[in-house]
Amino acid sequence: MSETKEIIITSDKIHTDEYLVNMGPQHPSTHGVLRLLVRLEGEMVHNIQPHVGYIHSGIEKMCEAISYPQVIHLTDRMDYLSAHMNNEAVALCIENALQVEVPERVKYIRTIMDELSRLASHQLWWCVMGMDLGALTTFFYGLRDREHILDIFEETCGARMTLNYSVPGGVMFDIHPNFQKRVKEFIKEFRKKLPEYDQLLTGNVIFQERTNDIGYLSLEDAIAWGVTGPSGRGSGFSCDVRKHQPYSAYPLVQFEEKLATKGDTFTRYRLRMEEMYESLHIIEQLIDNIPEGDYAVKMKGVVKLPEGEFYQRVETARGEFGVYIVSDGKKNPYRVKFRSPGFSNLFALNKMAAGHKIADLVAIMSTLDLVIPDIDR
Amino acid sequence: MINEELQAYLAGKFSNAEVKPGKQYLEILVQAADLHETAVQLKGVPELSFDYLICLTGVDYPESMQIVYHLESVKHRHMVVLKVNTADRVDPKVDTVSDVWQTAKYHEREVYDLLGVKFNHHTDLRRLFLDDDYGFPLRKDFKDEVRIVER
Repeated sequence: MSETKEIIITSDKIHTDEYLVNMGPQHPSTHGVLRLLVRLEGEMVHNIQPHVGYIHSGIEKMCEAISYPQVIHLTDRMDYLSAHMNNEAVALCIENALQVEVPERVKYIRTIMDELSRLASHQLWWCVMGMDLGALTTFFYGLRDREHILDIFEETCGARMTLNYSVPGGVMFDIHPNFQKRVKEFIKEFRKKLPEYDQLLTGNVIFQERTNDIGYLSLEDAIAWGVTGPSGRGSGFSCDVRKHQPYSAYPLVQFEEKLATKGDTFTRYRLRMEEMYESLHIIEQLIDNIPEGDYAVKMKGVVKLPEGEFYQRVETARGEFGVYIVSDGKKNPYRVKFRSPGFSNLFALNKMAAGHKIADLVAIMSTLDLVIPDIDR
Repeated sequence: MINEELQAYLAGKFSNAEVKPGKQYLEILVQAADLHETAVQLKGVPELSFDYLICLTGVDYPESMQIVYHLESVKHRHMVVLKVNTADRVDPKVDTVSDVWQTAKYHEREVYDLLGVKFNHHTDLRRLFLDDDYGFPLRKDFKDEVRIVER
């Protein structure tokens, strides 16, 4: 037997250098092809540089070659979880430019679909957030309930994710006769399920430890970095477009813009959970009162916008989405710019996560709720 | 402030700029040389306090590049669209506003990447989405015979 020698390690002999780690592009918690260049010392994150563009598809350039109604079809390939809100933004922008007044029925249908999309998106966010932190059960719970909404979408417009439901002047088809019944069934059921979500994850000690007091974003930083949506509202940034520049049926409904001031990861998590209750509340006010009437106004075969610039803001599940159209009076746009919420939100990540451990980076990124095609476009 | 008041206030404050009501929002067109100073004032003056840069983008017009800034004040809830035309279309240059609104840092990188507008004094002006040897695809004279099929 060989003799073993005892090795004494003193703390001044342990030394770590700063080193760079590529997180992604194929990393499960980046939720797509996003690469984070993380500067680490041991476990501590010193700096994060996001590298984007892996799925840049040149949507803005493509838009310059196609007609206005066709532009809508590209928008739900960006933020595929807020597809309906993106469609609606372009439709509203075109309607405002042409000064078309859509029927009341369309406003109600669009708003209900908006809120259903927001619920579906938040459900997916919740189940993936749990999974990122190692709780696989949430994934099944979230997807199970999301399925009901996707079924309603499928019955309404034939698609489950890339809806293409809003068109200039209205919606593509009238709602299915079952629509109201199924939505009401879903609300009744989901109101029972939501407390289960809290029981499963919110009160969990491990989850609390990993999210409380982690990833602070101050109000000043949230505004300066343009962090919108629930992520910005968690820092007290009142940025809900539904309140400040209401569109569709939002002026007709009562709802609260949920705001918090703490600005840590758990606050952002809570805020999204609260938003789900608000969404249910909005749908409940509208679903029984959908007015009779046309589901679209007749538009000209070729949509031509007057010369000028048009900007439309809507609130998607991730924050403020904007469409900026420059028209020269032809049948295709001169320039289209999509202001995507994910783009601005992502680059505040360094501000939030620097100084934390690398495992916390995953939790912080989860509460930003990134969708990569939304960033890359 | 409501739009008329804001327009009068801005016109008094920025005498070199052209202030006019646009189709939706108030628009200010400034000289490229005054851009940075205007941006500082727009954010800093308490009556204006445009602290939230919503959207920053560029448009390729035949004679110049135009950079468009959509701004909102969180306190007063008024909006304004700031515009600046570059002197040269082929080699456009404007001052950065990323020291005024931090989010502009990456929005400007995007504009540089897709339109080739150089932002003076930008601390990290690299391409964001595309390869270094790719052209500037959002320019109207961009040609890519391999990937873009003319119809």
